[in-house]
Amino acid sequence: MALQSLDIVRRSATTTHPPTVRKAQTGTVAKLIDTTKCIGCKACQVACMEWNDLRDEIGTNVGGYQNPHDLTDQSWTLMRFAEYENPARGGDLEWLIRKDGCMHCADPGCLKACPAPGAIVQYANGIVDFQEENCIGCGYCIAGCPFNIPRISQRDHKAYKCTLCSDRVAVGLEPACIKSCPTGALVWGTKEDMHQHAAERVEDLKSRGFDQAGVYDPPGVGGTHVMYVLHHADQPELYNGLPEDPRISLSTRLWKGVTKPLALAGIALTALAGFFHFIRVGRNETHESDEQAAAQATERARHG
Amino acid sequence: MADTTSDPSRRTIERYTPNERTNHWTVAIVFILTALSGLALFHPALYWLSGLLGGGTWTRILHPFLGVLMAICFALLAATMWKFNRMERRDWQWLRQGRDVLNNREANAPEVGRYNGGQKLLFFVFVLCVLGLLLSGLVIWRQYFSLYFSVGVVRAAAVVHAICAFVMICAIVVHIYAAFWVKGSIAAMTRGTVTPGWAWKHHRAWFREKIHATHSRTRSD
Amino acid sequence: MTNHWVDIKNADLVLIMGGNAAEAHPCGFKWVTEAKAHNKARLIVVDPRFTRSASVADVYAPIRAGTDIAFLGGVISYLLANDKIQRDYVINYTDASFIVREDFAFNEGLYSGYNAEKRAYDKTSWEYEIGADGFAHTDPTLAHPRCVINLMKQHYSRYTPEMVERVCGTPKEKFQQICQMISSTSTTTRAMTIMYALGWTQHSVGSQMIRCAAMVQLLLGNIGVSGGGMNALRGHSNIQGLTDLGLLSNSLPGYITLPFDREQDYEKYVAVRSQKPLRPNQMSYWQNFQKFFVSLQKAWWGDAATAENHWGFDYLPKIDKLYDMLQVFDLMDQGKMNGYLAQGFNPLAAAPNKAKMTAALSKLKYLVVMDPLVTETSEFWRNFGVHHDVDSSKIQTEVIRLPVSCFAEEDGALVNSGRWLQWHWKGAEPPGEARTDIEIMAELYTRLRKLYQLEGGAYPDPILNLSWRYIHPNKPTPEELAKEYCGQALTDLLDPKDPTKVLRKRGEQLAGFGELRDDGTTLSGCWIFCGAWGPNGNLMARRDNADPTGIGQTLNWAWSWPANRRVLYNRASCDTNGKPFNPERMLVAWNGKQWIGSDTPDYKVDDDPSLGVGPFIMNQEGVARFFARGNMVEGPFPEHYEPFESPLGYNPLSRNEPRAVSNPAARIFKADRDALGSAAQFPHVATTYRLTEHFHYWTKHVRLNAITQPEQFVEIGTALADQIGVAAGDRVRVSSNRGHIEAVAVVTKRIRALNIDGKTVHTVGIPIHWGFTGLARPGYIANTLTPFVGDGNSQTPEFKAFLVKVEKV
Repeated sequence: MALQSLDIVRRSATTTHPPTVRKAQTGTVAKLIDTTKCIGCKACQVACMEWNDLRDEIGTNVGGYQNPHDLTDQSWTLMRFAEYENPARGGDLEWLIRKDGCMHCADPGCLKACPAPGAIVQYANGIVDFQEENCIGCGYCIAGCPFNIPRISQRDHKAYKCTLCSDRVAVGLEPACIKSCPTGALVWGTKEDMHQHAAERVEDLKSRGFDQAGVYDPPGVGGTHVMYVLHHADQPELYNGLPEDPRISLSTRLWKGVTKPLALAGIALTALAGFFHFIRVGRNETHESDEQAAAQATERARHG
Repeated sequence: MADTTSDPSRRTIERYTPNERTNHWTVAIVFILTALSGLALFHPALYWLSGLLGGGTWTRILHPFLGVLMAICFALLAATMWKFNRMERRDWQWLRQGRDVLNNREANAPEVGRYNGGQKLLFFVFVLCVLGLLLSGLVIWRQYFSLYFSVGVVRAAAVVHAICAFVMICAIVVHIYAAFWVKGSIAAMTRGTVTPGWAWKHHRAWFREKIHATHSRTRSD
Repeated sequence: MTNHWVDIKNADLVLIMGGNAAEAHPCGFKWVTEAKAHNKARLIVVDPRFTRSASVADVYAPIRAGTDIAFLGGVISYLLANDKIQRDYVINYTDASFIVREDFAFNEGLYSGYNAEKRAYDKTSWEYEIGADGFAHTDPTLAHPRCVINLMKQHYSRYTPEMVERVCGTPKEKFQQICQMISSTSTTTRAMTIMYALGWTQHSVGSQMIRCAAMVQLLLGNIGVSGGGMNALRGHSNIQGLTDLGLLSNSLPGYITLPFDREQDYEKYVAVRSQKPLRPNQMSYWQNFQKFFVSLQKAWWGDAATAENHWGFDYLPKIDKLYDMLQVFDLMDQGKMNGYLAQGFNPLAAAPNKAKMTAALSKLKYLVVMDPLVTETSEFWRNFGVHHDVDSSKIQTEVIRLPVSCFAEEDGALVNSGRWLQWHWKGAEPPGEARTDIEIMAELYTRLRKLYQLEGGAYPDPILNLSWRYIHPNKPTPEELAKEYCGQALTDLLDPKDPTKVLRKRGEQLAGFGELRDDGTTLSGCWIFCGAWGPNGNLMARRDNADPTGIGQTLNWAWSWPANRRVLYNRASCDTNGKPFNPERMLVAWNGKQWIGSDTPDYKVDDDPSLGVGPFIMNQEGVARFFARGNMVEGPFPEHYEPFESPLGYNPLSRNEPRAVSNPAARIFKADRDALGSAAQFPHVATTYRLTEHFHYWTKHVRLNAITQPEQFVEIGTALADQIGVAAGDRVRVSSNRGHIEAVAVVTKRIRALNIDGKTVHTVGIPIHWGFTGLARPGYIANTLTPFVGDGNSQTPEFKAFLVKVEKV
């Protein structure tokens, strides 16, 4: 989303401080996805397509309710369906439905991985947004994301994902998906309020026998601005592989962390080593004596 | 090969054929472009280097193609050079006396063939790095190949690519400096020839082979 | 709905059965989540499939398709056996104490009076004992063995938990757990709401399934109370308005029935419908029938409807039989029909047995399709390959398409499931040549009238005398029509108590049906809507959501029929003294002088409770009926009958009576009976249904919907998939005795194999939304498979339970 009107607190491939004087004084925002209220109706998917002017292909059915089958550059959110027979409830079936999409991490792996200055930004309100005009299409954000969210368009080779409707939020509206949710499974507000609401939901779920109900706000990525209420907060993988403890992967941290300055320093030091070698030792030159020795050797060989 | 001097014992010796030189410099040019564009993506401080290929997006588009081109050219070069770069016992001894060499006292070290131990080592570093860069580069080439790999593999490949690139760049810096340091080397790769003295001093075993071969040929003429 | 959408939030327990509210009514379903989140309500879902509703339920129980009466009968049995009924309510507000005639009998699945040849009952014996005074005998002590409640007890004693498990395949423990939860609402302060839809209506015993659930609710005292009720979730926008306005073959607006052939005499026609009370002091509101009927006739024929010509009674058609969908298409198939006007209807896709439908449509001379979209029906004559393989050269039907606007392109009122008439305003003009249905019908009428004027005809009076008071005859406005169906004074209406007082001026809109008169001085096109556009304007356009009591009774939001009453039978929420059973959720109460509260009382507003007027004022009894008397074709108590295509082939509840396997009085024609399949050939139970992502056969034309559900599929359980060697995503062929479809298999744990009377029965789920027109991937019409069988009362086809065979392609 270009031409944003929100304050940027972090900017990809930028080593200097962004303007950070203005803070989100009333708290950062959060979307709460209550999987226990969600009926998988896909209204949010449609609202997302409508607001963002996206139209995915009319695909095929591959044996399930999930359509499109995966996130794409045209599908920024997607209902994922999982069938689970709960041993704690006598094998009773549960149909766990999770709205997948960008989690808007406080410590975003995509932003960390991105080599293009300003292609990924984090606003003061917590939204992580792609600015496609700065995107070079390398796809490093995909490798950086612990949730496997961004997708590169095969049309313009730029990366796309949920913007948390930053354009709507910037003018005081809720994201389109929130507005469309018929059951109140999607709730919007400050992160603090969402935690409070989630706590009430968890209490209700515990009264219904879901002892492990809880909120998903994984600390490994500094918390997220999209949170889930789960019946089984102890087993998030049940929800179509929601990672239990997501963090920016070690390889990404290595790649985009300490290796960067060290490597640059290493290259510089190598070059400097050469320079000082030259200063101290000087060039290794061939002298006339060498030529003579060579000539003698040649002579010997000719007559030898 | 035209003699540079009328004195037959002072005739220059051919070190690289025109084809080898062309190949080398192709690799060199492509490497520079690849390395600089790679550095542009490697560290924000060097992002300005992306201007070299026409901006960030062009850098993303061209870098992998340049990389593949470099790998192919390098493979040709390496194929022709492979046989000269087998490590021998004397190379290890030469390496052990690195301090003498670095201080321009290479006379103390064992005689050296077409390439000394350091060059050979560098050669294999190049081979390994180019191979690593090629393979990891394909994995992280988003437009065509990344979709075939799991995100874990892509992440690992990104690290491998960065490490190989780092090692390669450092090795190239060493390579360039060494060429500058050992005077006459650059001419070897630009004009193709070295003086007998240069060969005598730096690659005496090769020099002996060379004159031996030349004169046994002359004798049999 | 007896109640309304918002009221669901007041429920303590929600039973979704015979429907899938989350799937098919996701917006209304929000009130279930409200009840759960803010009223600690529990949700029970009973369905052959683990549905989207089940995904958020507290308890789910599987059931074999078409066996809901066995389940609900089991619940009734449980409630009666364990005395989990709201006693005061049952005794005072139902016919539990009424004594049934001695000659009434039930034996092996058949009630007294059955005529197998006619497939119909002589219902004479299905009646209370009526005394010489014309009143029914009762025994308030309930001791009499032929008290309704005792007959009921006896009838449902056969529905044991074991029998429920045998017939329905529902595990006994789950059934009992659900009974226990349901019985918790027999107290005065807890209420259960039942939400159902086509999962009950689309059976050969559909009406009786719904009645059976209503009986459960009556036993629990859950009818007429906030958070309770029998709540039919209507599928189409304004389908409630369709029945309200009488768009059924035997209906006139406001649930007035058309005269039969045998009812040529006006006085008798009125007398039969002006039902007299069966108990002393009862209101029996249909006694006012003539007021409603005359006002309707005045709305239609104006000055031409006079006392002398019985208000134009002769202008009305007198039907020899019902002309419901099945009857009409059967006649069409017999070649007895020349033309057909499909207005907002896609019968090729929506009616059962597509092969029969194709043959029937092919016999027409002309077919007019009024629709915003290209429909399967409008393209029935074209070959669409495997999905619709017809020889166009053999079809001579002339098809005329009249593009119409859609709901968003016109003003008007839509009636929602909760009986609210909500006025809406168009969002856009209709595109291209499209015109509104009103304009098309109006011009059709004026052209017909001209032809009759010029050329005469057999009996032109009903056409020529029709009152057509609209300013632009070819373009009546929705406002003009609304004012007409709501009701107006035709002369100055004087107060009968004080003739000097003018109650309504000539031409003024009426405030309610209480102002209607049978002397031709009022008009009202639909008496139950009377007052919606009242003297104070269009109440349907109101948008004040003030909810002073906090229980969702927003009386100033739009307008609800009848009389802006939001919860029907709300008098029953109070005890006999007029005190609310549950003061927390008070709907109405007697304050000593009149009835007050958060709703319009369903009662005479100043009737003292001590008068003993029953709360079910539309019934002759004044109370609710467990015993349906002659109002249902197959018997006064709902009885389990197998679907017409049954995996068992016998009825476990009446093993020895071959005539009682399936509903003995259901609608079936001879040829269609021959087209039924047997379990030997077609071993799998199929059920058709809708998906959230689509709306009927419309939204496959919409890209966004097509993206979210692009391709036809059927759902099968893992056990069946293993048996036939199918993995998720494979293609399967599903065939019935009437045809076959092919689709992608969705293999799921959500459909379980059931053990039915010792036999493993697999269920196959068939979503209906695909066809050969639209943007989604072309598919087969699901109704290729369905049988041409209908409920005996509503004639609704049995789309929900039939036999198929599933094979790997």
